Amino acid sequence: MSSFLGSSIGKKLIMSLSGLFLVLFVLVHLILNSFLMFDSTGELFNAGAHFMSLPIIRFGLQPVLAAGFLIHIIYSIILTLQNQKARPQKYATQNLSESSTWSSRNMFVLGGLVLVFIAMHLLHFFIPIQIHGNVHDDYQLVKELFTNGSTGLIYSGLYVVGAILLGLHLAHGFWSSFQSIGFSNTIWRARLEKLGYIYAIFIGAGFTTIPLYLHFFA
Amino acid sequence: MADKILKELTLKIWRQKDAKSKGQFETYKVNNISTGTSFLEMLDILNEQLINEGKEPVAFDHDCREGICGMCSLFIDGRAHGPDDDITTCQLHMRKFKDGATITIEPWRAGAFPIIKDLIVNRTAFEEILQSGGYISVNTGGIPDGNAIPISQDDAEEAMDAAACIGCGACVATCKNSSAMLFVSAKVSHLAKLPQGRVEAARRAKNMVAKMDELGFGNCTNTGACEVECPKGISIANIARLNREFLSAKIKD
Ligand code: HEM
Ligand code: SF4
Ligand code: FES
Repeated sequence: MSSFLGSSIGKKLIMSLSGLFLVLFVLVHLILNSFLMFDSTGELFNAGAHFMSLPIIRFGLQPVLAAGFLIHIIYSIILTLQNQKARPQKYATQNLSESSTWSSRNMFVLGGLVLVFIAMHLLHFFIPIQIHGNVHDDYQLVKELFTNGSTGLIYSGLYVVGAILLGLHLAHGFWSSFQSIGFSNTIWRARLEKLGYIYAIFIGAGFTTIPLYLHFFA
Repeated sequence: MADKILKELTLKIWRQKDAKSKGQFETYKVNNISTGTSFLEMLDILNEQLINEGKEPVAFDHDCREGICGMCSLFIDGRAHGPDDDITTCQLHMRKFKDGATITIEPWRAGAFPIIKDLIVNRTAFEEILQSGGYISVNTGGIPDGNAIPISQDDAEEAMDAAACIGCGACVATCKNSSAMLFVSAKVSHLAKLPQGRVEAARRAKNMVAKMDELGFGNCTNTGACEVECPKGISIANIARLNREFLSAKIKD
């Protein structure tokens, strides 16, 4: 078993499965967040947020999600360090722009920046709503962050940047995770890459739209 | 039409005495190079010049000079095998360069490919991976009938495409992770696609991946740069197959 999960392909399997799990999570997250735009009384969103605070979710699903993130991050560090070590002396000139996409070459940087964003995001919403539990109107809390006088525009901007970074991470990550588990061939590769771009744009654009909508129209 | 002449080229070449010494770039000039000259011939001209000046010629690998042996290497202006697609360095011609250009020439760089001298690297690691793959079982006895084992055209084509790998190492050299996955996937695939190679397919995939990891090649992150720079157009669909072969072999254990 250790030779399995310790091997390069085994570690990629873990990377891929944790990534796919996060892909699913992000989709559910976006769907719930979209409630912010469909009901200006906030009732719909609050109901969604309330559901997410139920004990089965909080103590059943959240630890799984946290583990998913942790595994994804730990393995990304292990893999990236090993990859750095595999070329002790770098090239003086290397031109990779003709042979690979920018996202695919910068997955660690993109993931790291997404992590910084997630830390800030947890501070904004997760901690007050789920840990302190002293928020009466979740919708108001969210709306205020993006509309509040001088800082509303700044936070809206930061959330847009976060959405774009995540979109870029997924533009490569989506199809890559299928390739890593061996679910690809010449036909499916084109399909998966297209589907990955659609998914990445949907996620990126979705999370971009919500803060902007709240800032300008709510 | 006569070939054009490149009046002057500046060459920035990596020079390194042996595996242990620290190398550095040296700058040379070559003049009046015909665009019909191959890149390696241009280096031959430089070396003749260096020998006449009483200097040490630049060491570089080459053998067939027709794109079939995989010996020639060279990272030219930031790309494996230089600025052209689907070719080895011996198939690169000077018409791809402009007069007055500065050309940077480096060896393959990967921990698993240590430099022997100047632009020559040691690619024994690839041989070790091949060895670890082991044998295929073939019955002894009389000559078997050529068509005794039916093989579909698609499988035969895919096996042949994978078998086109010449073990040059451009995939490792290009990959930002120095991963050998394209090479290993080609070697695993061309046997896995054929019934004769199927018998030991699981063991082959496991052993070759274990050897590849042990030798210090990096982990694949599916950037796809390898297949673009591969002179034989080996597709990363083979890497997906290798992942499949390896994972299913390990799960069965
Ligand atoms: C919601 C957040 C995230 C999602 C949905 C996500 C999704 C993915 C997916 C699907 C992959 C492809 C896996 C594969 O190629 O097999 C991937 C790869 C990667 N992720 Fe993430 N990720 C997220 C956050 C992060 C974070 C926070 C980090 C790092 C600190 C990170 C670092 C990486 C790295 C380095 C890779 C490339 C690894 C490789 O290809 O070997 N990701 N991610
Ligand atoms: S896969 Fe392509 S680039 Fe890699 S060793 Fe074989 S022929 Fe060379
Ligand atoms: S010298 Fe044989 S492939 Fe270039």
